[in-house]
Amino acid sequence: MRKTILVVWLLLGLAAIAGARSGGTVLLNAAGATFPYPIYSKWFDVYHQKHSDIQINYQSIGSGGGIRQLLAGTVDFGASDGPMSDEQLGQAKFKILHFPTVLGAVVPTYNIPGVTGELNFTQKALAGIFLGSITKWNDSEIAGANKGVNLPNADIVVVHRSDGSGTTYIWTDFLAKVSNDWKTKVGNAATSVNWPVGLGGKGNEGVSGLVKQTPNSIGYIELIYAVQNNIAYGKVQNAAGKFVKADLAGVTAAAAESAKTMPDDFRVSITNAPGPNVYPISSFTWLLIPGQIQDSAKRDAIKGFLAWMLTEGQKYNEGLTYAQLPKEVIAKETKAISLIQ
Amino acid sequence: MSAAATTIAHEAPPQSGPRAFIRRLGHGDELAHLITLTFAAGILLLTSLLVYELWINSHLSRSKFGWMFFWTRVWDPNFDNFGAAPFIYGTLVTSAVALVIAVPLGLASAIFLSELAPRKISDSISFLIDLLAAVPSVIYGLLGIFIVVPLMRTTLGPMLIHSVGNVPYIGALFRGPNYGVGFLTAGIVLAIMVVPYIISVSREVLLTVPREQREAALALGATRWESTWKVVLPWARTGIMGSIFLALARALGETMAVTMVIGNAARINPSLLSPGDTIASTIANQFTEATGDLYLSALIELGLVLFLITFILNGMARILIVLTERGGGRPV
Repeated sequence: MRKTILVVWLLLGLAAIAGARSGGTVLLNAAGATFPYPIYSKWFDVYHQKHSDIQINYQSIGSGGGIRQLLAGTVDFGASDGPMSDEQLGQAKFKILHFPTVLGAVVPTYNIPGVTGELNFTQKALAGIFLGSITKWNDSEIAGANKGVNLPNADIVVVHRSDGSGTTYIWTDFLAKVSNDWKTKVGNAATSVNWPVGLGGKGNEGVSGLVKQTPNSIGYIELIYAVQNNIAYGKVQNAAGKFVKADLAGVTAAAAESAKTMPDDFRVSITNAPGPNVYPISSFTWLLIPGQIQDSAKRDAIKGFLAWMLTEGQKYNEGLTYAQLPKEVIAKETKAISLIQ
Repeated sequence: MSAAATTIAHEAPPQSGPRAFIRRLGHGDELAHLITLTFAAGILLLTSLLVYELWINSHLSRSKFGWMFFWTRVWDPNFDNFGAAPFIYGTLVTSAVALVIAVPLGLASAIFLSELAPRKISDSISFLIDLLAAVPSVIYGLLGIFIVVPLMRTTLGPMLIHSVGNVPYIGALFRGPNYGVGFLTAGIVLAIMVVPYIISVSREVLLTVPREQREAALALGATRWESTWKVVLPWARTGIMGSIFLALARALGETMAVTMVIGNAARINPSLLSPGDTIASTIANQFTEATGDLYLSALIELGLVLFLITFILNGMARILIVLTERGGGRPV
């Protein structure tokens, strides 16, 4: 038994040496959020084409898994849709820096037979529907914001994500900010919560599938998923009281608005940000980078990649329907790269 | 060859020491014994390692919630309050629905294939059934989403609510609101998934019943059906039970197909038409994004609970088999 283990180790060692000899490639392992996976894999691929000696291997195992693996030291860096909590940072044996990479948004999608136009959702209406306190489509809170739309006297079927997800994190972050009831009954932003009402669907495709199939239903999905699949979605009332339809510009506006008050560690929620053009259910997604990296080759590779991602990398965003980072945030992040030692 | 080997083994004087051991290994018997023993022990080791890992990693949750974990009806990751009751309920209910549908269906098919159908047809059909057993579960999930769910929402659900829903007692099982997804839909999809197991294994078992048994029954004046019902089935009882429990094990642990059609709501509701959740589907849904230590620990404890349920049900199956055998089912 011990011999076999020894042999396996020897083989692994040989393989490692062989790998290292073949041109001194720097291999970085990363894991985490699934939401930014399309843009990350694009970035890592393009970056590898430009710097053939650097290869970044990213596993989209979910934000929770990314944070756990980073804490356990099994990956070189992580990625998450929600910032790490103070408690999680306290558990880390090393300093962890947050770097916002792209922006995303979550939109309400619905299926009401006979209603084709875009509905306006007040903040109260969304919170009430998902709390189960607003149960009919012709409730005055919904009807008041949609004059002229003939809303049916039908029960609302709420659809939420069944899997833990960054999308749920952003959605509940917004609801907790706009509704005290939500905050006390369901709690703060989280990747999965104890839903007061509704059905669960797995993934964006599960939620949109259930909404499409179920008459009088409402669910929430990522903006990028709605755009790519031509799914109609409603307008949401922002902090300034205006109804805004989510688009990339509105999301970047939300981020620019919050850049003025951005904390130095970039852990900030930008849902319900002030400003007339802001789409209120938006969020950054972050790379989680260790503050100290012993291996100088790896450290240089990560710093080089971050600098590229903040400049040239951002050009790839809109092709994949991710909103670009605002200039102010990019400037601040560029300075923060030097904190990696 | 084996005869020669035994002769040599018998003639050789009892020896000790490593040389003798190696020589004895050369005869095959000892070697085969050693290898099979190692592999068998490996299975045992693997199972205990699994339980050990689940036990150790669920420590936080076990020490915080204790036995209450089984009764608590809330699953709230945000306030760190976890209970397995809705998931245990969902797991047992969906598996029970699946068996209620699949057992009569599967058993009738197996009887037809082994007793009534011509051998050629029986063989080709059972080949197709074996293929069904190999279809990945996500395909059954899709079948559920695109066919069973709409059917349940538009036709079957309202029909059940308006007919059986008014019957006292049982009526509570079929009350609205009807979303199309829920316990019953999940049970139906599970039934479609496990029926091939019941047919395939039961047919094989029925085919092993000796011809003489059937002939004896017929000679005594029994009809074909009487011989099947009173002689062949009791003879094959143990094997048929085995097939049913194989199906049950599959239904208890099924993840993907269930997640897609059960509605994923951690609630206990007596109506089979309401959405619910199972243990396996909850673990699959929430494991990747579980950040808190207690949250993760509670999910692992859910795994332990599923293991426990499987263990208990299998134990009950064993007892049931022993009891029916004692009842003199198999004529000797």
